[in-house]
Amino acid sequence: MPHLLTRSLNRSAAGFLLVVAACGILVPISNLLLPETSPLQVPTYLVALFGKYVCYAILALSIDLIWGYCGILSLGHGAFFALGGYAMGMYLMRQIGTRGVYGNPILPDFMVFLNYSKLPWYWHGFDMFWFAALMVLLVPGLLAFCFGWLAFRSRVTGVYLSIITQAMTYALLLAFFRNDFGFGGNNGLTDFKDILGFNVQAQGTRATLFFLSCLALSLAFLLCRAIVTSKLGKVLIAIRDAESRTRFLGYRVESYKLFVFTLSACMAGVAGALYVPQVGIINPGEFAPANSIEAVIWVAVGGRGTLIGAVLGAVVVNYAKTVFTSGALASYWLFMLGALFVGVTLLLPKGIVGTVSDWWQGRSAGAEANVRDTAEEDGVTGTSLAE
Amino acid sequence: MSMLDMRTTSAMLYLDGVHVSFDGFHAINGLSLTIAPGEMRAIIGPNGAGKTTMMDIITGKTRPDKGDVLFDGTVDLTRLDEAEIAELGIGRKFQKPTVFESQTVEDNLLLALKTDHRVSKTLLWHESPDESAQIDRVLKTIRLANSRNRLAGALSHGQKQWLEIGMLLAQDPKLLLVDEPVAGMTDVETHQTAELLKEINREKTVVVVEHDMTFVRELGVRVTCLHEGSVLAEGSIDQVSANERVIEVYLGR
Repeated sequence: MPHLLTRSLNRSAAGFLLVVAACGILVPISNLLLPETSPLQVPTYLVALFGKYVCYAILALSIDLIWGYCGILSLGHGAFFALGGYAMGMYLMRQIGTRGVYGNPILPDFMVFLNYSKLPWYWHGFDMFWFAALMVLLVPGLLAFCFGWLAFRSRVTGVYLSIITQAMTYALLLAFFRNDFGFGGNNGLTDFKDILGFNVQAQGTRATLFFLSCLALSLAFLLCRAIVTSKLGKVLIAIRDAESRTRFLGYRVESYKLFVFTLSACMAGVAGALYVPQVGIINPGEFAPANSIEAVIWVAVGGRGTLIGAVLGAVVVNYAKTVFTSGALASYWLFMLGALFVGVTLLLPKGIVGTVSDWWQGRSAGAEANVRDTAEEDGVTGTSLAE
Repeated sequence: MSMLDMRTTSAMLYLDGVHVSFDGFHAINGLSLTIAPGEMRAIIGPNGAGKTTMMDIITGKTRPDKGDVLFDGTVDLTRLDEAEIAELGIGRKFQKPTVFESQTVEDNLLLALKTDHRVSKTLLWHESPDESAQIDRVLKTIRLANSRNRLAGALSHGQKQWLEIGMLLAQDPKLLLVDEPVAGMTDVETHQTAELLKEINREKTVVVVEHDMTFVRELGVRVTCLHEGSVLAEGSIDQVSANERVIEVYLGR
């Protein structure tokens, strides 16, 4: 195990973790300890906004793991995010208790309103945090496992797989919109009061949730790094680049795909679970196919197959969205998003991080080549230099 | 017939009465072929003779409509998939060189190493001294020791072909299927490849599919000529190339 960890931490990965840790610690400290008049104080609404970005970043990481490294383009990853969100939302609903509008100790408001006589069986257990937390991983994981088992075993790949992932999230969207499905229909789950006994609206809770989101992002990043730097990561890239060749080497491609797809869905679920208490609502809109496509755009913009790029892309694109959708340009946001995707595909096919690192490597390779030329004259081979 | 029956039990690869058709086109039509352990065999034949389809059948990519395909005298290959057949010890080099272009030469060999290929074992895998020695050995055999850390995509066409042969060696198979190894190679590279295959043949059974007659002649092994999905002639290169029917199918009717 230790070799897995040391191998996964190169300089840029360690630098990235440092930045995330600094944000995760400094933002809550500044928010809680500095007086509101201080220019360095991060206001609470920004803490919640940044927290949302961090959750999106975890979702982007999960997409990069399967798309950037294994070539599985899921256009339905928002579904796993939303399922994780709903699992957390169900816990938060059960915490409301008698404080709801109808004051029913067991049934959430929407169930009283829709004349439910008792709690549906699948709502049992969600009053306990540990159970909800387990479901946050289990429900998206199980769906991904079943979906992936069928799709990968039948060797559904490429655009066909992308289309059925779209169909999956769309089907869930329609199901969750229905009132009799038991998840609040159109309105979803909202009016949350507290989480583990702490008021979700409180400044301290928001700061803590932000810190936990950063912690989750760091752990997810470390996990992804450990995977992509192991031999398993090399197999994933091999599958991405030449799937049938990998099969002829004796690798059971469908098991590898199933493993990363399921893991990625669990990560997306965690992202959704952290997202819901910070935005205060989860509704079927989260299943919208457009959401999943947007998440893929974040990864493309940041640079797929780089992990750091996925995080960067999620933060940059969402920050732009926040800025542009709140001003006079609001009605043009979707056009800008489309233009961004086209622009990145044409001009920066490797995304921000990919382009920058290519440029950087090109520069240092040029310098190295000069060194090597002189070294070879002295009888030193290129291989020994590279080692 | 009795001679054939005797061979059945000891053959490394045994195909008998194999048929495959795609939408009514008989790609393989009653193909029977036996390869003895330790043998090197060259398969020739005009375009569409079924050479690549034969490889596909042996490696589990295509299922025959009927016929027997036995490996090592006992294993029925028609019931297994690609990964299972690769695990059994049949390695395949493709017509078009397919190496993992975005990974280094060393990583390409590392991926090919004969190890436990299950997900959990692959995640926790780390290189043992034996394995790194084996990689060094293969790198030397395929003359790429100085390119260990180069990306496979940056290799020349001939070097990619060798790397792919190296990946076969790292798999440590009992039987190597090599599809057109010298296509697009220079004369020098072709000669070196023939030497390389002869070297490999000292330990392993090899089946080579090739168009290049100079190369086949240089290998100096038994030749099987396929035509329209079945065996047209078999023997030494001189016998086969003197065969009138072979001349006919190559030069046209």
